[in-house]
Amino acid sequence: MKALVAMSGGVDSSVAAALMKDAGHDVIGVTLKLWSGPNGEAPTAGCCTVSDAEDARRVAAELDIPYYVFDYTDDFKDGVVDRFVRDYASGQTPNPCIECNRTVKFDRLLNRLEEFDRDVLVTGHHARVQENDGVWTLLRGTDPSKDQSYVLSMLTQDELSRVQFPVGELTKKGVRRIAASMGMRSAHKPESMDICFVGQGDYRSFLQQNAPEVFTPGRIVDTHGADLGTHDGIVGFTVGQRRGLGVAVGEPRFVVRIEPAESTVVVGGRDDLEVTGVELHQVTWSNGQMGDGPLTAQFRAHGEPVSAKLQGTHLMFDDAQHAVSPGQTVAFYDDEKVLGGGLISRTNL
Amino acid sequence: MIYLDHAATTPMRPQVWDAMEPLALDVFGNSSGVHGVSRQAKNALEESRERIASLLGARPMEIVFTSGGTESDNLALKGAAWSKSARTGVVTVATEHEAVLETVDLLGRFDDPTKLVGVDNSGFVDVDDLLDAIDNTTAVVSVMLVNNETGLIQDLPALAKAVKAEFPDVLVHTDAVQAFVSKNLDVSELGVDMMTITGHKFGGPKGAGLLYVREGVGLEPVLHGGGQELGRRSGTHDVASVVGLATAMELTDADRGRFNTEVGNARDLFERTILEGVDGSMPNSPLQSRSTHHFNVKIPGVRNETLLMRLDQAGVAASAGSACQSGAATVSHVLEGMGLSVDEARESVRFSFGWTSTADEALNGAGIVVDLVDQLR
Repeated sequence: MKALVAMSGGVDSSVAAALMKDAGHDVIGVTLKLWSGPNGEAPTAGCCTVSDAEDARRVAAELDIPYYVFDYTDDFKDGVVDRFVRDYASGQTPNPCIECNRTVKFDRLLNRLEEFDRDVLVTGHHARVQENDGVWTLLRGTDPSKDQSYVLSMLTQDELSRVQFPVGELTKKGVRRIAASMGMRSAHKPESMDICFVGQGDYRSFLQQNAPEVFTPGRIVDTHGADLGTHDGIVGFTVGQRRGLGVAVGEPRFVVRIEPAESTVVVGGRDDLEVTGVELHQVTWSNGQMGDGPLTAQFRAHGEPVSAKLQGTHLMFDDAQHAVSPGQTVAFYDDEKVLGGGLISRTNL
Repeated sequence: MIYLDHAATTPMRPQVWDAMEPLALDVFGNSSGVHGVSRQAKNALEESRERIASLLGARPMEIVFTSGGTESDNLALKGAAWSKSARTGVVTVATEHEAVLETVDLLGRFDDPTKLVGVDNSGFVDVDDLLDAIDNTTAVVSVMLVNNETGLIQDLPALAKAVKAEFPDVLVHTDAVQAFVSKNLDVSELGVDMMTITGHKFGGPKGAGLLYVREGVGLEPVLHGGGQELGRRSGTHDVASVVGLATAMELTDADRGRFNTEVGNARDLFERTILEGVDGSMPNSPLQSRSTHHFNVKIPGVRNETLLMRLDQAGVAASAGSACQSGAATVSHVLEGMGLSVDEARESVRFSFGWTSTADEALNGAGIVVDLVDQLR
């Protein structure tokens, strides 16, 4: 098989490349250059940094496979960064890593697979793909603590038929053991946590440059609209946040809503955070057919799945949920099996 | 491998390696020392300087040895902007090499007056545009002789003459890195005060270059230290590389007639095969004003990074635009400067020929390109 392995320089994609090579496949490694700073430099922290590309190159050299760096900075800026800024400024809780998977890594690479003369796209995600009678199913990774099926929940049948996740069958420990036995330098590399284009968690300076409107001072009000105080911009607030509100009230208070148009932050009690259902958009189904009925839903990469019912694009939770907000991705599951996913456009229907 | 990336770098000529070896192994002395082995090194260094000067129509002391094209460009521009002269400005062209553009960018950030002059669709700079950009703050004008990406030959003698006629106090520098392999360069005929050359573009060693500096031109050095090169460039000489540079320049000079016919014919054959075999393919510079060894072509509908990857798989080495540190092909500022859209620039590939290129390689390479483009469309 001719495989294109997307190599980030991290341990998972390095081992994925090694496993494909060991299995006797014809393997090519690629790293995507996704972001450059104002002077064209790559970020120094987060995923897809200069040193990561260098790590990927070194692993490819050790495996003796051809290796290329592709410049997808335009696609990344349009599809991920600009959208992140727009969503953030409109008070949403975007997940740029999911958007990057959707619009850049999978979309662009899968679209060009034939051009590259490759049969499959391989990544280091912890998830599994199975085929039964021509139907492809995405499953959670074997290691529950590493499962990344959530960020892949938008993959379609056509896409699933052309991807492979070789490390999805392994535990994180197993991956590191293989990496170490192969003498890979990335075996003990810490996992990337930051959003790559923000860099070292410095949201403020990134947003100051790209979305200055989130620094507009505004009011902090309760759910009835009564003034409780002021703030220096919605940038510091996320739905569900309890600390740092600067509001002196007896019982615990949480951010329950952000109204970016007026730069207003609405706070309330724990009950006000409760969400009984959400409206979704950009819904995709792994098997290509809309399905209604009971399922489990997950809102975060490593969140607990909760029971819910889907009717069209309305998702209703069996038990009210806290801190679910517009912009988040919901992945639908039937036990281990990924059914599909969507983006939250509104809460509490 | 069919190597069609000679504008990036070339294989070393074996005679160059042979000439360098004794300097690396036996005559290892520091050319600034007082003892015998150092004197031998010093003699080899100065003999190389004389050989090179005579090839360029220059005086030996007008040759400053550097680590290559980038350093020479830096020294020419920073050196002129930071010199004792009251003039601190730099004027250059939008399609120059990054070694020039990034240096100009730095000078601009330090408040030196800098100006970039645009080019027409072929890549030519207009003499009036150039003169308009110069004023009494301008210390140096830098115009590349042969463009590294498109191979376009600028009418440097005419531009230099026009600048000197109107602004006799302004220095003229040229980055001639891509020119020496196919053109005899005489500094008086070109009319320049400074000229950059680097060895690895014509079978010489990497890391060895020179800046020609006309006698009387005062430059502030970029590298300060022991005062080598008459204070213009400090640092212990890499005498082996300097000897390699001189040897490569002489061999190139002697081989130029063959280069311009045989290698030029190979390039033409390659070019014809592609332009005839690939529908819609368009050369990115006028065929009649171009160096012997470049062919930069736009292939509509095929993204260059895909084609380069497939070519690499098929054993053909070529390139696109300039490569960043990671090797990712970035959008060419040269092609953008000539008015191509980002998409058109991303559909452009540079093939370049060198002293080892043959007609067989050209024919086979072009055949592979035509087949791959067929598959990709």
